[in-house]
Amino acid sequence: MVEVKGVSKRYGSKAVIDQVSVSIPKGKITSFIGPNGAGKSTLLSMISRLITKDDGDIYIDGEDVHQAKSKELAKKVAILKQTNHLNLRLTIRELVSFGRFPYSQGKLTREDWKHVDEAIRYMELEDMQDKYIDQLSGGQRQRAFIAMVIAQDTEYVLLDEPLNNLDMKHSVQIMKVLRRLTNELGKTVVIVIHDINFASCYSDYIVALKDGKVAKEGTVDEMMDRHVLKDIYEIDMKIETVNNEKICVYFK
Amino acid sequence: MKKRYLIVALIVLSILSLFIGVTHISPLDLFNLTDDQTQIVWKSRIPRLVSIIIAGVSLSISGLIMQQLSRNKFVSPTTAGTLDSARLGILVSLILFTAASPIEKMIVAFIFSLAGTFLFMKILDKIKFKDTIFIPLVGLMFGNILTSISTFFAYKYDLIQNMAAWLQGDFSMVISGRYELLYISLPLLVIAYIYAERFTLAGMGEDFAMNLGLSYKRVVNIGLVIVALSATLVVLTVGMIPFLGLIIPNIVSIYQGDHLKKSLSHTALLGAVFVLFCDIIGRIIIYPYEIPIGLTVGVIGSGIFIYMLMRRRAYE
Repeated sequence: MVEVKGVSKRYGSKAVIDQVSVSIPKGKITSFIGPNGAGKSTLLSMISRLITKDDGDIYIDGEDVHQAKSKELAKKVAILKQTNHLNLRLTIRELVSFGRFPYSQGKLTREDWKHVDEAIRYMELEDMQDKYIDQLSGGQRQRAFIAMVIAQDTEYVLLDEPLNNLDMKHSVQIMKVLRRLTNELGKTVVIVIHDINFASCYSDYIVALKDGKVAKEGTVDEMMDRHVLKDIYEIDMKIETVNNEKICVYFK
Repeated sequence: MKKRYLIVALIVLSILSLFIGVTHISPLDLFNLTDDQTQIVWKSRIPRLVSIIIAGVSLSISGLIMQQLSRNKFVSPTTAGTLDSARLGILVSLILFTAASPIEKMIVAFIFSLAGTFLFMKILDKIKFKDTIFIPLVGLMFGNILTSISTFFAYKYDLIQNMAAWLQGDFSMVISGRYELLYISLPLLVIAYIYAERFTLAGMGEDFAMNLGLSYKRVVNIGLVIVALSATLVVLTVGMIPFLGLIIPNIVSIYQGDHLKKSLSHTALLGAVFVLFCDIIGRIIIYPYEIPIGLTVGVIGSGIFIYMLMRRRAYE
């Protein structure tokens, strides 16, 4: 379980995250939603110790994230940020093998390579594993990065806008993989996501942030409510149920 | 390109290099050298060969490390002010400690080149406009500012001739007793090899490195120390060799990718082969005179550099 207790982050005098407390359940997909500038990515980065916090505490399985050894934490939490434009020429297989760094420190054992192969297979990248990252399409590249995170084999997987710039097919593919990661491998997945309908169809738990505070949190049923969403996004929308999924219509 | 072709080329060129020069020594004489010839071989030819190889290897690898750490293909000791700050350091050591020993010069020059390289990396952090071409231009300007400072003081203290010696890389001055400092580069290369994987990781960005539990700042600092020290050693013993750290890693990157573990040995070999080749050309083109290596590498290197700029879009 991830516990965030009274955490704040200020840039200058502006609080980007203001006294946020939230618990993220284990073995589930949790989505952070909210308008631009709500502090979703900042919160995710603080949970994964990529940026420092100004106040409060963050615990993962009872361990203080910002006190823990970075090396050890890398075996427990993996984060993928949205800006992964690499200008290094690496093959998919090389990239994925970096996921084993926390375990191998560069000297990969047979066991490590087994994890690499599995991760590549999991993301269906076998055919192109020796291709260079810069020759791939956006969707393939995103899959390669997720394969690396899978090879890292952490209990917690944090993804910052994993669907950014992906078409529908690839978005669905990624979300299905995340679903499988939780269902089959028991991982805890936390994502920042803009598409409210993807959040609705694939998450177990939704946390809505607004102006650096938690506006509301709850299960999909509790969150996919027109009054709740209107408070968060300040536009009118209709919630329809299609194939037992709650779909939010807000386009006009 | 296969690694064994590079190794063969290195061996062939090394042998050639030993037997080219004003004093005629043929491979057939090898087992009954006259005293003069023995002197030439041990005092001049072998030191020259060794220094060519070490300088070629260490400047190429410095360039490779810099490119990964700065995440820019066009950053190298030449385009980041490293060589210029090393030169400023040598000048300062000459002015302040007139009778400085080579080791003292090296230490002062190393401190300067390290400070210069760090300063450049800090400037890089501050620049919001991260265009691939813009950054090396900033580095070149930065280097030129340092060079003008050096020139100013060199004029003032009547050291301009001294300075010109390090302006232009030249292997003809390398004789035994004057190049041994270069051997300090060897342990640096070993460290570079040990850290190869980490440099590549750091090259993927701070967030990326931190996610995998790498202490980013430490790795970057180790990389910059290796770069600054090996560049200093080359400037001190041989002089400036431009473009080397720029073109060699880029050529290797095209066919071998950027995983340092895979590309490091290729970069080292190609660097040595390239400098050897340029040195041999410089030695035969106006035989029995010599064109300094800085010039040969400068001409050939800038040609390759322009070609790489043109095809940049092709592989970006």
